Amino acid sequence: MTTLHAGTAPAELLRPVEAERAFRDPFEPSKRSRATAWVALFALLAAFPIVFSNPAVTSIGVFTMMFLVAAIGWNIFSGYSGYVSIGHAVYYGFGQYAVALLIEHWHVTPGASELAIIPLGGIVAAAVAVPVGLILLRVRKHTFIVLTIAAMFIFQLLAFNFAGFTGGSAGTNVVSPPWTGTVFNLPFYYIGLGAAILALLVSWGIRRSKYGLGLLAIRDDEDRAKGLGIRVTRAKLIAYVASAFFVGIAGGLYATFVGAVYPQFAFDPTYDLAIAVMVFVGGLGTLPGPVLGALVLAPIQQYFYIQFGASTLYLIIYGILFIVILLTLPAGVVPSISDRYRSWMASRQRRREEATPTVGGAMPVTVPAGPVGIDDGGAR
Amino acid sequence: MLILQGIIDGILIGGLYALMGAGLTLVFGVMEIINFAQGILVILGAFLSYSLVRATHIDPFVTILITIPAMFLLGYGVYYLLIARLKRDRVIMSLLVMFAVAQVIEGVLDIAYGGTLVQIHASYVDTSLRFGSINIPLVYLYAFILSAVLMGCIYVILYKTKFGRALRATTQNPAAAQLVGIDVHRVSAATLGIGVGLAAAGGMLYGMTASFNPASSYDLISRLLVIVILGGFGSVGGAMAAAIIMVVIEDVVAVTWSPVWGQTMFYLVLVAVLLFRQQGIFGKQIARAQ
Repeated sequence: MTTLHAGTAPAELLRPVEAERAFRDPFEPSKRSRATAWVALFALLAAFPIVFSNPAVTSIGVFTMMFLVAAIGWNIFSGYSGYVSIGHAVYYGFGQYAVALLIEHWHVTPGASELAIIPLGGIVAAAVAVPVGLILLRVRKHTFIVLTIAAMFIFQLLAFNFAGFTGGSAGTNVVSPPWTGTVFNLPFYYIGLGAAILALLVSWGIRRSKYGLGLLAIRDDEDRAKGLGIRVTRAKLIAYVASAFFVGIAGGLYATFVGAVYPQFAFDPTYDLAIAVMVFVGGLGTLPGPVLGALVLAPIQQYFYIQFGASTLYLIIYGILFIVILLTLPAGVVPSISDRYRSWMASRQRRREEATPTVGGAMPVTVPAGPVGIDDGGAR
Repeated sequence: MLILQGIIDGILIGGLYALMGAGLTLVFGVMEIINFAQGILVILGAFLSYSLVRATHIDPFVTILITIPAMFLLGYGVYYLLIARLKRDRVIMSLLVMFAVAQVIEGVLDIAYGGTLVQIHASYVDTSLRFGSINIPLVYLYAFILSAVLMGCIYVILYKTKFGRALRATTQNPAAAQLVGIDVHRVSAATLGIGVGLAAAGGMLYGMTASFNPASSYDLISRLLVIVILGGFGSVGGAMAAAIIMVVIEDVVAVTWSPVWGQTMFYLVLVAVLLFRQQGIFGKQIARAQ
């Protein structure tokens, strides 16, 4: 009997397919059930503003979509590469100013053509991210974190000081589209949802590509990744620019929806805290993590802001909520739940094996696919 | 003459920034925590002194006898309540926690004092020494002297006491320090207490030399972070030198060109330095291990 025990077989003795089978997570939900869950989630999100058509509710929905796009985008860089950026508000700000100023200078008529400018916010943000990223990505870990904060303050200062161009502290206004009533929020909501789906597809594509594996290798050990031939600077920069693009789109959406851009709200130091906590809560570096985090926390944040925004009580409540979440769920919800699920499935399988007597008595978990020959594997 | 004036102002105020930055860099050196709340803690210290002065009419410099111990306890408590409980990703998690702490303090200060700019008053706030065309505000001079004295105290604590030895050992290698019997948690808590206590003193001085409100904390923390990066993370001496150099550059540009560009120059120097020396001006080298 050459029954192979998962975890005991040297991987190099297996043929690739068998190796993959031996080390594949036996409790992973199937591709089909995962795809169904995603489609169901986005169907629910698409139906949401039609079911709850109250403008106060759909307005929270629009802000939630902005955070959703930004959180998925932020995770593409910070989640996969392990370089935590607390300065992505730079691209939120550039998205806002790019859209607001382009609408102003091109004399875009209020309405649908304004919405067509939103993608340009993402493109401008991505273009800015190339030189900024080249400078920031020269340093590592904690210096990087601090530099991203510093970069955010630099651009906030510039937005205040180049008043002739940005309007300075008086801000820049965007004339809102002429729609009224319950339909006003809908176009913004669906643009946000569409951008979120695009961001998710990009995130998914990167996660399962060879390039994405390179990013994860950088997260785990950058020097070794470099030694393995991964072009680390290029890999990090691409992810950085991609994440800036989506945060820029969120900014463009904000500018057209809110209709006013101010330096302190465009380059907002607390913005990245909100995004980072959403992603951390959901699960840093996972595909569904930022989605879950944004969909749960963004509405709560907006609700507090609406209830207590007149005073800074909402800052206190939200700050305390953040601290409690960070202390109680350090690994994030998605990893915690999937760990629970795995240990539950494993114990269930153990119980089943104990119930049905197996050959050889107390065997460890066997490979689901059955016996695999290992003695001739190396010879081929 | 304008340049000389800028240099003198820069050195005097740079001493104050060195004091505030020392608290930040010391905490980082011992436990790799980027204390993002340092800016708002300075403002908290300023408001505490402001309230004490208004309520009791004592000299602002006396208030730090109360505010430093009080804020030491705050830092000590924050360590045991929040930081010690973080188990993984400590660098980034502690940054996020301190960020959230900063938001809570900002919210509380905003409710307590509102957004209007205030300044701590004393009889000598508006007087200054004159040497020809050079004008030295007395407050700047006092701020520099107190900063120097407190930095001297930090030096004595670090290099002449048993606690200082334990602190330096923890900075070098926390695991080894624990092995030789140092209570790393207590050292860390005390260090955060000292860092926050320095913010109390820095806040009192800041509140006398400038007008402030809760939102001033963002400007403060961004400058302090730049100083700490340029000084090399964890190096108190580096932070001192970087603080004085940066504020001198800012003040010279401000008086010869414009205040707006003075502030921008602060950041441009950072970018320029990092293009050539990624470890800052005084940092030794970036550790290969992450």
